[in-house]
Amino acid sequence: MQLASLTIPEIRAQLLSRAISAVELTEQALRFAEAENPKTNAYLHFCPERALEKARAVDARIAGGEEPGALAGVPVAVKDVILAQGLRMTCASRLLEHFVAPYDATAVTRLEQAGGIIIGKTNCDEFAMGSSNENSAFGPVRNPVAPDRVPGGSSGGSAAAVAQGTAVVSLGSDTGGSIRQPASFCGVVGVTPTYGRVSRYGLAAFASSLDHIGPLARSVHDAAVLLQVIAGRDEADATSAFAPLPDCTAELTAPVAGMKLGLPREYFNGLSSEVGGVIERAVETYRKLGCEITWISLPATAYAVACYYIICTAEASSNLARYDGVRYTTRSESAETLSDLYRNTRGEGFGAECKRRVMLGTYVLSAGYYDAYYLKAQKVRTLIARDFASAFQQVDAILAPVSPFPAFKLGEKLDDPMAMYLSDIYTITGSLAGIPCMSVPCGTTGDGLPVGLQIMAPHFEEARMLRLAAAYERAE
Amino acid sequence: MGCMPSLSAVSLPPEVLARYEAVIGLEVHVQLATETKIFCSCPTSFGAEPNSNVCPVDLALPGALPVLNRRAVELAVEASLALNCELRSYSRFARKNYFYPDLPKGYQISMYELPLAEHGWLEIEIDGVKKRLGITRVHMEDDAGKSVHDGFADSDRYSYVDLNRAGTPLIEIVTEPDMRSSDEAHALLTGLKQTLEYVAVSTCDMEKGHLRCDANVSVRLKGERALGTKAEIKNVNSFRFVKLALDHEIARQIALVESGGNVVQETRLFNPDTEETVSMRSKEEAHDYRYFPEPDLVPLRISDEWLSAIRSRMPELPAAKRTRFREQWGLSVYDTEVLTASRALAEYFETVAAVSKAPKAAANWVMGDLAGALKAEGKPISESPIAAERLGELVGLIGGEISGKLAKEIFARMFATGEAARTVIEREGLREISDADALSAIVDEIIARNLKQVEQYRGGKTTVLGFFVGQVMKATKGQANPAAVNELLKTKLG
Repeated sequence: MQLASLTIPEIRAQLLSRAISAVELTEQALRFAEAENPKTNAYLHFCPERALEKARAVDARIAGGEEPGALAGVPVAVKDVILAQGLRMTCASRLLEHFVAPYDATAVTRLEQAGGIIIGKTNCDEFAMGSSNENSAFGPVRNPVAPDRVPGGSSGGSAAAVAQGTAVVSLGSDTGGSIRQPASFCGVVGVTPTYGRVSRYGLAAFASSLDHIGPLARSVHDAAVLLQVIAGRDEADATSAFAPLPDCTAELTAPVAGMKLGLPREYFNGLSSEVGGVIERAVETYRKLGCEITWISLPATAYAVACYYIICTAEASSNLARYDGVRYTTRSESAETLSDLYRNTRGEGFGAECKRRVMLGTYVLSAGYYDAYYLKAQKVRTLIARDFASAFQQVDAILAPVSPFPAFKLGEKLDDPMAMYLSDIYTITGSLAGIPCMSVPCGTTGDGLPVGLQIMAPHFEEARMLRLAAAYERAE
Repeated sequence: MGCMPSLSAVSLPPEVLARYEAVIGLEVHVQLATETKIFCSCPTSFGAEPNSNVCPVDLALPGALPVLNRRAVELAVEASLALNCELRSYSRFARKNYFYPDLPKGYQISMYELPLAEHGWLEIEIDGVKKRLGITRVHMEDDAGKSVHDGFADSDRYSYVDLNRAGTPLIEIVTEPDMRSSDEAHALLTGLKQTLEYVAVSTCDMEKGHLRCDANVSVRLKGERALGTKAEIKNVNSFRFVKLALDHEIARQIALVESGGNVVQETRLFNPDTEETVSMRSKEEAHDYRYFPEPDLVPLRISDEWLSAIRSRMPELPAAKRTRFREQWGLSVYDTEVLTASRALAEYFETVAAVSKAPKAAANWVMGDLAGALKAEGKPISESPIAAERLGELVGLIGGEISGKLAKEIFARMFATGEAARTVIEREGLREISDADALSAIVDEIIARNLKQVEQYRGGKTTVLGFFVGQVMKATKGQANPAAVNELLKTKLG
């Protein structure tokens, strides 16, 4: 059995035919992942005890003739910003280095109820802030395709684990592209669902109005299965949507001929020619599948980066206030006064990017600046959402690049935050609009670096988006 | 900066004080009477082990999210309606950001630019003069935890935090700067407390911190339109202290202005021991709370259906009750005021009045004997040993089976035992003697024993009749019908 290329249907067949037990598969997966991890640093820690306990439960269900669940025995990696009871949850930060989660995130509960086996927690940018996974307090992740390059971020570990084959699927989180961009850099499928589709309960908040949990996988089908399991209304998250997710795996094989797909002009200016070429070939594939391709315009795109970095930093400055050294965070040893306790704990604990964003966010919310920055950014956000709404009057879905360039070299953009921020330019618009978006691998550059095609769909139309992605996947 | 000695403030001549008026606005925080917290399902019970009524939400663990308590919204809506406010159909929670150890999230979830309700009023009355005071807004928010600075072996080095109170649902009621004296502020608070207790929105238990008050106050020369610079007095925990704090602060500001100084915009704390206010922080040191809409909660929409359902469940408010008491029960203005002071008292009275069918007597008994007896034992009306129905039965018997005097005796027994009037009457044989034959024998005996007084009476000193009535009552242990005794005596002595 080839662990590194396993799919969910294969695992299901193997388990049900008793070719292998869930415990055996989990043991193999853990051994493989632990052995491979030094190459990428994708995992921050493993959880063999919890994994084997869940695997035994799956075996018991199978032995008892029960339905073992849609994810039965599937090794899953979970980004270390998502809580699983009894496991450390570090957010790749020194501040939470020793924090053990006392409860399960809703997504974790649901994936384990479906038989999924969490084998470990994956590395990421600290508090999910970054586009290269170099902002982790526990070292960067290397791209499995090109080890001198970044895996993207912030869900770099989750993308690398799936690309490397040490997990079949993984959970990431996406605030401005943190699932799609690493998926694109590592050559895997990454899905950012509609805002509210998956409960955020148990996801350490970066920017609440933009944070999403979503799946990464090696196939569209596997991503769809994981999404199906974790999606749905959750009483514990007031912003989770009531609308149930229709069975999106069932629609994956439906034809796409006749669908109208839009190409936003604004996303193709300034695109590197090597990425542009790959995207054009992917668009050509859709044409061949019978889709109608049309140019569209999303004029507010020009303001998206500014808008995003105001809103996300504003929310982050507030969301990260709880890491104050009073309760569960690592506390500075050198604090004699309350104000020192805060300053030293946070000064020593947060990495440079977190500090930068907390300061930016504090600034844009300050008296006298709120209207000029935060309020204006909210208005721009409305314009961006309107752009998409009117575009979806004309087209069924939108095709675009995920990133202007493929995976860059470790350290290449570390000293230039602005260049780093611009790598999210094509992904943050969808995040701001709250629409479902995904990255599906669509080829490689001349250097063999993966390129992802972004598919964007109207709110709650994940099934349509996944159907388009699956059609492309089959055609390639 | 010159520090004004407090003595010069209080020693200002009355004619100087009289040239000024105060402008006062209040911010009152009221704890809503829900069983669970505003954003999670932890209990709000008071006095639990520290940090026992907590969950990931109150502890502000990573990933925890607030979910709004529907009951808290309903109570806040009821309070808003009782304060004659207009409910906004769309309101929104906002984060108020600041660092403090008993604020685990690093922000309070409150409402800012879109509060729950606006444009209300409450009427107060001082010395018969009514005044309508504006309520600017009512908004919902969560309470912080409690910092404990004393009582631990290492309290010199550490403070402790109890988060049981964190997440307790509050409403903040902000008034217009409509009050011109500490008496008006006191009357507003009293009226507010009465109203909120009436609608059972809060138990308003001051000792448990269910009602906390901040006061904004400035002074200006009478007739001046522009407002003076205000000071905010924080967290004064009794109505009496609010009055004392305002009196001190008003005098301090006038003294400052009189001496050519300027009032500084600042936050001041009231010290109940010295009855003075002292500076806590200046405007420059004031927090920038960096309010922004709470992204973890969806906007709050109160539909017309929900609003009318809440409205239909609302109890009668004090003002309406006062009018009705006057009309339905024919009570005086004074009796009405006393009997509607609290909803519990008003309801008690109405039961006594209905059962006894003697509203005026019911009012007198409730305000007189019952109030006195309760006061002597330090009990509120809700803990009266005599149930309202039973007091009603007793009052109903007066003038028929029993005399008023006998009733007082029966009342005392009932108050001690909680028994029904009839039980006491049967057991103690306290039934009234109005039977002419039985009384006649007793009267004859009394006359026979007091011949000297008989002579006086017959000699024209008719006031001696009272002596004979007293003797008969004494002989019958008060059970004789006074009218019958009078009649008999007059005949026999005649």
